[in-house]
Amino acid sequence: MLTTARFWRETPQRYRMEAGRCTSCGKVWYPPRRICGECKGREFETVRLPDEGTLYTYTVIRVAPTAFVDQAPYAVALVDLADGTRIMCQLVDCEPEEIELGMPVRLEFRRILGEGEAGMLAYAHKAVPKR
Amino acid sequence: MRDVAVIGVGLSAWGELWDRSLRDLFVEAALNAVEDAGVDSVEAIFVGCMTGGLFAQQEHIGALVADYLGVAPIPATRTESACASAGAAFRTALMAVDSGNHDVVLVGGVEKMTDVDGGGATAALAAASDQEYEAFHGVTFPGLYAMMARAHMAKYGTTREQLGLVAVKNHENGSKNPHAQFPMKVTLEQVLGSVMVADPLRILDCSPITDGASAAVVCPLEMAEKIAKKAPVRVTGSGQATDSIALHQRKDLTFLESTAAAAARAYDMAGCGPGDLDVVEVHDCFTISEIMVMEALGLVEKGQGGPAVEAGETALGGRIPVNTSGGLKSKGHPVGATGVAQIHEIVTQLRGEAGDRQVAGARRGLAQNMGGTGASATVHILEVA
Amino acid sequence: MAGIVGYGAYIPRQRITVEEIAKVWGADAPSYKRGLQLREKSVPAPDQDVISMSVEAARNALRRARIDPAEIGCIYIGSESHPYAVKPSGTTVAEALGATPEIHCADYEFACKAGSEGMFVSFGLVRAGLVKYGLGIGADTSQGAPGDALEYSAAAGAAAFLFGAEKVVAEVEETYSFMTDTPDFWRREHEHYPKHGGRFTGEPAYFKHTLGCARGLMERAGVEPGDLTYAVFHQPNGKFPVRAGRKLGFTKEQMEPGLLSPRLGNTYSGASPIGLTAVLDVAKPGDRILMVSYGSGAGSDGFIYRVTDLIEEVRDLAPRTTHYLDGNKVYLDYGTYAKYRKKIRK
Repeated sequence: MLTTARFWRETPQRYRMEAGRCTSCGKVWYPPRRICGECKGREFETVRLPDEGTLYTYTVIRVAPTAFVDQAPYAVALVDLADGTRIMCQLVDCEPEEIELGMPVRLEFRRILGEGEAGMLAYAHKAVPKR
Repeated sequence: MRDVAVIGVGLSAWGELWDRSLRDLFVEAALNAVEDAGVDSVEAIFVGCMTGGLFAQQEHIGALVADYLGVAPIPATRTESACASAGAAFRTALMAVDSGNHDVVLVGGVEKMTDVDGGGATAALAAASDQEYEAFHGVTFPGLYAMMARAHMAKYGTTREQLGLVAVKNHENGSKNPHAQFPMKVTLEQVLGSVMVADPLRILDCSPITDGASAAVVCPLEMAEKIAKKAPVRVTGSGQATDSIALHQRKDLTFLESTAAAAARAYDMAGCGPGDLDVVEVHDCFTISEIMVMEALGLVEKGQGGPAVEAGETALGGRIPVNTSGGLKSKGHPVGATGVAQIHEIVTQLRGEAGDRQVAGARRGLAQNMGGTGASATVHILEVA
Repeated sequence: MAGIVGYGAYIPRQRITVEEIAKVWGADAPSYKRGLQLREKSVPAPDQDVISMSVEAARNALRRARIDPAEIGCIYIGSESHPYAVKPSGTTVAEALGATPEIHCADYEFACKAGSEGMFVSFGLVRAGLVKYGLGIGADTSQGAPGDALEYSAAAGAAAFLFGAEKVVAEVEETYSFMTDTPDFWRREHEHYPKHGGRFTGEPAYFKHTLGCARGLMERAGVEPGDLTYAVFHQPNGKFPVRAGRKLGFTKEQMEPGLLSPRLGNTYSGASPIGLTAVLDVAKPGDRILMVSYGSGAGSDGFIYRVTDLIEEVRDLAPRTTHYLDGNKVYLDYGTYAKYRKKIRK
């Protein structure tokens, strides 16, 4: 179960795709971190990731965790965004047989999961084919 | 630093064990290891367990097992590195002994996985991924490895059939292991026709859900020769390494950097290389894992894991037999216990006690254990003393 | 003059046909299609709701407006299917746009006219100089009870309008609202599906308020139907808006670009707003557009817009409404639709 705070603190990353760019080496980290894994720099500026990219790899989840059972089957992908940042997200609005590595995708704001009929709703981005 | 030997190994029963609890499992494995070693006391315990909390609502595993072994107040510590928890426990035990802190140490691992339903097990295992940026999106462990498989297939031309042949080989080996949870042989057609779990991985590409425990007794080599019932097996190399927890941060999704780094350290310490091994146990949680681990250990060149399996190089009687036990695939995969169960197999091989699956004249073996999608890895090299 | 500085629509790709629904309930599809003048409707995927669609529509509006989202001073989302009964949709949407924390927010509900209310108030605050930009959104993922006439039309979609006083794409020339207490359609708290008054929803409800509002609006503006290029009405089906338009003296050509319901269904709070986005997609500088919403309960909001030269510049900065309406559709069977809409008890 998601606690409110655990979800809420990721809001900038999930809602606005905010990442941290290391001011010394320029490496973009998503989600942001405190120490640059490349140059050990400690100063970052907030950047918003581009909303388009290409599909690097994917799978179609047929056996899902309990909270996602109603969504199965669903595709999860690694997407290389236009600035080179790689993210993981679901790939929706297409049939599994339409998916091809390298295909152009865009990010859309979607509901990720709800805790039953009464719980909190979690939102973030999913990739959709760019058509 | 003192040389360390393994003087006893033991397993509990493995499988869907409805009548056994987490504590029952570990006590059973520990008693078998202590009996095998021929010792009547240990000074400390290190026990691997991935997520007793999520699988069985039980944490504080160290004290629990010490209590139920009747050995309190000796120190007992649980280690956790996801599915490499027991590999990490083994390395910790080595350090406790080689440093001179302890002499006779019991090490092992345990996981009780069937006290939750399938969805619960999937969610518990997914806790070893990045909870906020992987599991949050509904990805599962088969799903993460499936993405790695697809990337490996795209980059190197690894085929769906080559993945399947890993399962065929490991079930063939497992059919010769009385301890295997799924000792049945499978054909390539069966693998390729089995239920899809996460494209392109099917159920017969996946290791099973297993209740089980493993244990070993380690002590200084010098002492081993005096107290052990059987010929001691020397631990000559030990390495452990980490990598980014989330796949999206990996520099190369098709290569297991942490396994390569752990192996480099273990080879260096043992003064040997991948060409000097007689038998290897690897973490084949999925068929693609075995192929990628072979490449990271240097058993084959990058991208050559699939063709090597297809050519039979890793089968019993091949150039370098891999997973003679049946691997996680056939033998079973109680996640927190697997690392020391691999040590169990290598020790069994080096003692010449592996029966129908014995690698003739095996003198040096390697065990590789891995957590998450490879964010944790341990590599140990064992040799006939 | 204040007006729309950016607009955007969003419609899910899933559709279900009248035939598919009629088949399950033993209804006569041809007579439903004839009676409703409607072929199919949009259906939200399980991961699409008023919040997610509003974000996408608003981002399209922002792409066209080319403004800093931090300058948006108010956000009003009108819907009768807000995902939460208590907790605003607008907070999530504003956060996703980067418009927090200096912003006024409220969720509106007035059956199918909640969207135009959001537009009305946003425009009013801009014109009063209280905010630099105001965001009005109409969005719904409405449901009709299984087998009810509403099930054939209740659809999903969103439209977002950014109002401002500079770089205006469509100036607001006149506004007018018309409202009485007329209980033609309602949903009590904790009820899953709405109830309605059957044929009572027609003359005393939809037509009285839609026509009353349109006539009052044109009178205030001093215009005749012939002075206007386009007319967009609330479109609960394909029949009502056409009849209303004809009674007012509008031609088929004036109504066609904004009449989406035959192939979209009734997107409730999104209906006339999405129709307006489709008209803006094809309008030329100088064109004048009449828009009249209708919400049960009952009332109508009316606007007359005059399109500016800027329209040509911003139109293709975001997907056109027909992109969502006609491109990339996928048709659901009733079973999948029932699963998506949580009509199956588990």
